[in-house]
Amino acid sequence: MINIHGVNALYKFEMARTFRTLAQSIVSPVLSTSLYFVVFGSAIGSRMSEVDGVPYGAFLVPGLIMLSILTESIANASFGIYFPRFIGTIYEVLSAPMSPLEIVIGYVGAATSKSLLIGVIILATASLFVPLEIRHPWVMLLFLTLTSLSFSLFGFIIGIWADSFEKLQVIPLLIITPLTFLGGSFYSISMLPPLWQTLTLFNPVVYLVSGFRWSFYEIADVNVGVSLAMTLLFLLICCVILYWVFKTGYRLKK
Amino acid sequence: MQPIIQIENLSKVYANGFTALKSINLDIREGEIIALLGPNGAGKTTLISIVCGIVKASSGSVRIGGYDNVKQYRAARSLIGLVPQELATDSFESVNSTFKLSRGLFGKAPDQAWLDQVLKDLSLFDKKHEWIIRLSGGMKRRVMIGKALAHQPRILFLDEPTAGVDVELRQDMWQLVRRLREDGVTIILTTHYLEEAEEMADRIGVINKGELMLVEDKQVLMRKLGEKRLFLHLTQTLAKIPEALAAFQLDLSEDGLTLIYRYDKQGEHSDITQLLGAIEAAGLRWRDLDTEQHSLEEIFVNLVRK
Repeated sequence: MINIHGVNALYKFEMARTFRTLAQSIVSPVLSTSLYFVVFGSAIGSRMSEVDGVPYGAFLVPGLIMLSILTESIANASFGIYFPRFIGTIYEVLSAPMSPLEIVIGYVGAATSKSLLIGVIILATASLFVPLEIRHPWVMLLFLTLTSLSFSLFGFIIGIWADSFEKLQVIPLLIITPLTFLGGSFYSISMLPPLWQTLTLFNPVVYLVSGFRWSFYEIADVNVGVSLAMTLLFLLICCVILYWVFKTGYRLKK
Repeated sequence: MQPIIQIENLSKVYANGFTALKSINLDIREGEIIALLGPNGAGKTTLISIVCGIVKASSGSVRIGGYDNVKQYRAARSLIGLVPQELATDSFESVNSTFKLSRGLFGKAPDQAWLDQVLKDLSLFDKKHEWIIRLSGGMKRRVMIGKALAHQPRILFLDEPTAGVDVELRQDMWQLVRRLREDGVTIILTTHYLEEAEEMADRIGVINKGELMLVEDKQVLMRKLGEKRLFLHLTQTLAKIPEALAAFQLDLSEDGLTLIYRYDKQGEHSDITQLLGAIEAAGLRWRDLDTEQHSLEEIFVNLVRK
């Protein structure tokens, strides 16, 4: 029997933190992403040529939403579990009658919800600056949810692995951000020289951005089915790692 | 009656090879207050942490209310409330919101009336919506206890609950613990303050170097191990103890004015009458006498030294 009160309490507690720090949790990522729309969409975008028949400002939107979703999912989920470990309040969650799955649903569910919320707000904001078209809204929603979920799981793993605030920042700053910038958020990978096109295919973010962009404009660097499969694969890998974490008690139980 | 907690052959060896617990066996009765005493690093907190599911045992088993704490962890853990040694609180949350979280985590439906009662019992009601960071150390300690009580546990673990708190708060906490016991809550207390154990516990367990050296009813323990001493204050100075009194193995104080008689540890079969007769026969006069029993602290120190 699931501890529904436990999951609910944990989820609400995490969400309350978001709304208590509204400026930092929601306003800040939305504002910084919106600045890209203003600069590239309204100011410079009009002077740039179309990409695959899509105005540059509009072309940017899916990539920028992904950039924000990835960053926020990892940041929220990693902080959500790292902070109680750091201050010691994790004892309560670990001693509560909650299964590992319930703990993950509580923490990761809240981080995913925040990312989705941010994604939707950014999307709405973008529509104010650039002409938007979403040809496959359900596919868009599917990619948005899967990406938020899988990168929240990834962030949760980072939050368990990290034993200092520095480590908490290392993977997002040194790995995720470069991968996102080089993953076709600002360009189509067909613009790259052939060698770089091949190398780029090893970047998992390419598949997320490409699939997500396809749901908007039906243009993609890789087949949308491959994008979906890669996203699901990443989700599966995160689930397997977390299963191992709870099975062994890694960094949670001595 | 089945014990509410049964610990069998519980051992813990940490990854670095340190043996924290060595085959602990302990039954805890429902409704009692048991104090676990031991020096730093003795294994008290490790024992509590394993029972509560925070640390994994290397071997052995724990049953709580009849439920295995690993295989039936939901049922087992829902009976437990834990107040850890460290002051670990969500600084930027209100007192009430952390209470609500605690209650929910343990599978209980929201019940603000109960939480209000806990807040009142702990004199925290006027701080209900205050951020925890703004509370004093003593108040934070109360918050920790309140969180553990938020889900109405049948068993409460208090790991050094009064460490670093002032006398008034300590007295308040002792009162609270007594009230909880009256309500049927079983309390497992670890403490450095022997006075605390002496004041509150029904039974005392002594842990040292990962071993449970003894578990005994407090009164029985004090009777068994509490050596009694009789001090006879003489009217004249003695240079040495007379030969006639040699059989009583007396000690003489440095100033030669007090005879000290150590009698049997049970305190039941002493030879005080014979001793007093022998002293009179030896021509000694005494002006006063008093007796002294070892405190729990002395008993504890003696046990740990062994």
